[in-house]
Amino acid sequence: MLRAALPLFGLPLAGAAATEEPTQEPGSPGEPPAGLALFRWQWHEVEAPYLVALWILVASLAKIVFHLSRKVTSLVPESCLLILLGLVLGGIVLAVAKKAEYQLEPGTFFLFLLPPIVLDSGYFMPSRLFFDNLGAILTYAVVGTLWNAFTTGAALWGLQQAGLVAPRVQASLLDFLLFGSLISAVDPVAVLAVFEEVHVNDTLFIIVFGESLLNDAVTVVLYKVCNSFVEMGSANVQAADYLKGVGVVLQTWVLNQFRLVPLDKIDQVVMSYGGLRGAVAFALVILLDRTKVPAKDYFVATTIVVVFFTVIVQGLTIKPLVKWLKVKRSEHHKPTLNQELHEHTFDHILAAVEDVVGHHGYHYWRDRWEQFDKKYLSQLLMRRSAYRIRDQIWDVYYRLNIRDAISFVDQGGHILSSTGLTLPSMPSRNSVAETSVTNLLRESGSGACLDLQVIDTVRSGRDREDAVMHHLLCGGLYKPRRRYKASCSRHFISEDAQERQDKEIFQQNMKRRLESFKSTKHNICLNKSKPRPRKTSRKKKDGLANTEATNGKPPRDLGFQDTAAVILTVESESEEESDSSETEKEDDEGIIFVARATSEVLQEGKVSGSLEVCPSPRIIPPSPTCAEKELPWKSGQGDLAVYVSSETTKIVPVDMQAGWNQSISSLESLASPPCTQAPTMTRLPPCPLAAEEPQPPFDLPYDPRPSFAFPPSLAKAGRSRSESSADIPQQQELQPLMGHEDRTHLSPRAANSHWCIQFNKGGRL
Amino acid sequence: MGSRGSHAARIPDGDSIRQETGFSQASLLRLYHRFRALDRNKKGYLSRVDLQEIGALAVNPLGERIIDSFFPDGNLRVDFPGFVRVLAHFRPVDDEDPGMRDPKEPEPLNSRMNKLRFAFQLYDLDRDGKISRHEMLQVLRLMVGVQVTEEQLESIADRTVQEADEDGDGAVSFLEFTKSLEKMNIEQKMSIRILK
Repeated sequence: MLRAALPLFGLPLAGAAATEEPTQEPGSPGEPPAGLALFRWQWHEVEAPYLVALWILVASLAKIVFHLSRKVTSLVPESCLLILLGLVLGGIVLAVAKKAEYQLEPGTFFLFLLPPIVLDSGYFMPSRLFFDNLGAILTYAVVGTLWNAFTTGAALWGLQQAGLVAPRVQASLLDFLLFGSLISAVDPVAVLAVFEEVHVNDTLFIIVFGESLLNDAVTVVLYKVCNSFVEMGSANVQAADYLKGVGVVLQTWVLNQFRLVPLDKIDQVVMSYGGLRGAVAFALVILLDRTKVPAKDYFVATTIVVVFFTVIVQGLTIKPLVKWLKVKRSEHHKPTLNQELHEHTFDHILAAVEDVVGHHGYHYWRDRWEQFDKKYLSQLLMRRSAYRIRDQIWDVYYRLNIRDAISFVDQGGHILSSTGLTLPSMPSRNSVAETSVTNLLRESGSGACLDLQVIDTVRSGRDREDAVMHHLLCGGLYKPRRRYKASCSRHFISEDAQERQDKEIFQQNMKRRLESFKSTKHNICLNKSKPRPRKTSRKKKDGLANTEATNGKPPRDLGFQDTAAVILTVESESEEESDSSETEKEDDEGIIFVARATSEVLQEGKVSGSLEVCPSPRIIPPSPTCAEKELPWKSGQGDLAVYVSSETTKIVPVDMQAGWNQSISSLESLASPPCTQAPTMTRLPPCPLAAEEPQPPFDLPYDPRPSFAFPPSLAKAGRSRSESSADIPQQQELQPLMGHEDRTHLSPRAANSHWCIQFNKGGRL
Repeated sequence: MGSRGSHAARIPDGDSIRQETGFSQASLLRLYHRFRALDRNKKGYLSRVDLQEIGALAVNPLGERIIDSFFPDGNLRVDFPGFVRVLAHFRPVDDEDPGMRDPKEPEPLNSRMNKLRFAFQLYDLDRDGKISRHEMLQVLRLMVGVQVTEEQLESIADRTVQEADEDGDGAVSFLEFTKSLEKMNIEQKMSIRILK
């Protein structure tokens, strides 16, 4: 709420101000006390930045301090608190200095304070939600603001006509209109401040937020227009609110005709109520030229009153109001496991079908932009230390929630006892026992904060295990594309989560595709007895499963479909056998992903101990022992070369192909088959497996997940084999890492390691 | 879109498709253009590879299954009517009074029941009319990230089936499936507005 802090903070100070006066500011930059004139001049020089810096400092401290007490902030929106703080400080300064200290210059505001606020809002704006509702937002922003402005102005003028306005206020209709225009600007910052705590449903939130963002434009235009006609007066503005309410209803009715999801009556009430005024209005009013607007002071006073009123009163009451009116909230009550799962399923389905239909064609560009942003802009605009700082704050917040969590639990949330909260799957920063409910829910992406929602979702009499499972499921489920929580999780986005999820899913999908691809090709090749260049590529999967299979156990079904298990099982062929394909069992076979540099150089396998020969066409899954030797982490000598076959590239979707090709070509190979430098095996450079993730420490009993950018991961998704690769002392860049993993893989936790292997295997080349 | 109205005649069997699926002329046209765009080699039908080319599907955990749903009964190709038929499930539900619909006509493809059926067959791979625990487990595996262990997954799958299973056969039939989702707003969750 830093954004809210700054302007609101300045208001009280300014409210007490008339003009600037120099005082002996303790701690002012050390200038030798010269003559009065000099002193004054220097103070003016340093005043602005000095005070701004001071504000920022105090505001930040205040914010942190406020968060120390969660209870307070759950009741009172931060903006209120900050206004109060500003008042207090302003009062202090006033008392000390006996005169107004500093006035918030509109120039300062517009030049220095507003741009970062706008950047912050714009940068984090949930764009999909925004554009989906753009029609509604625009309507409210444009029409709504116009309506508000006119009605406010007219109402005031009407009041004046009716004689309710003190005669000394000299204003005409135009003045009132001018005033109306500037006061009608709903302040996005203030809105955000309040709504963030309240968790209304996403639609409502984005509409109000979007409207507030866009209506500034309308406001300024109106203002300029009216300003040229200027004279105004002020009176009680509250009467105009009724008319605004009418306006909202009218607009909503019109909109509902066009919307797929109509806006409820209740939502409309909240929308009317949520129109908080803020600093923009204030800045504009200060800008009024006094000579032309004799009633300026009245306006200023009124604006201040209005701002205070809306922020404090409406801010304070909106939460109880929302609760009371049972506004449809962003998270409905905890559904059954079934519903939870199926809801996610449907979201994924819908996203997939939308892609098939080609809905939202601009997403391609949006995604490109996001990639660009992630790679460059984020690096520029948010330093690593920023991540860390956010993490630290999160830690503080997190730890300090424990007290609340415990007290919450004591109140009868017996289901979620503190031990019950130790879900092994939850990535926890400290020990798992310190999980707080809020952070559990945060992690699970439900975006809830402790304040309102959790209390409601306590179910009595429900099985404790169910609750555990719910959290497990929620935490583990892949998030479908749409689910960007607009509110609370805004500052705690895990940027990499989406990417990681994408990588995982992509790898799984690619594996499956290759499987099915291979199985269709397999049928075709079945009759050939001679070794010959084979075009299929198969993907080697799990070496560990290989080991298991050698024990004769049926391979654990890691397969995601019934049709093809992904596990490479025992291949009992020897290396000399010609056509391995015939002897492979189709179901059990893993796919060896051989990216082949060429398709015709695939001779009888003869690896001469050098890496210069392409493997034979018959990628013969080796005998178990060979396979074991194959396992990089076991043998310590994995073959690291990678080949790409043309068929593979056909399966990889076009969008990814660029990245795919990049990564492959970066391995000094060609992405397409007949390569002229046929014998050259391509090898991947040591992959950046350094687990340098700034990620939350997964509570993995095994190795840290390597972090790698998306395109290279495609290349890593396979590994090549050569005939006697076991004999080849391979490069061992990765070995130390692998070695470590090996131990854990072979631990009794076979189950876990399966999961782990899939993706760490991806790192092996 | 309106300017391309004359092209509607080019859609083979356009009228019967519209009759069957209930798409508007504009939507059908849009889908036709999309079909043509996906069909890179201008074969006149789509194969799996064409659909796999859609990048976004590759990062969707259910992407493969969705693609499979376009190729029922082991087909390798899908023509335009088949393409549209699948997509018709996602048409928003018509607002008209259900009582006015002719009860003798087959249920429209985008009815709630049919939407649910579509979802059901995404789970039920072997088409035996039930989602077994095994199938549920597979879906869970698809949808859940790697930090969840196998045992946890299995217990979740057990739980999920238990919750929905009423007749105790250890599997979720279509009716049980429907029942467990009766509170969910399927009409909204499985509709794409643009396909009105």
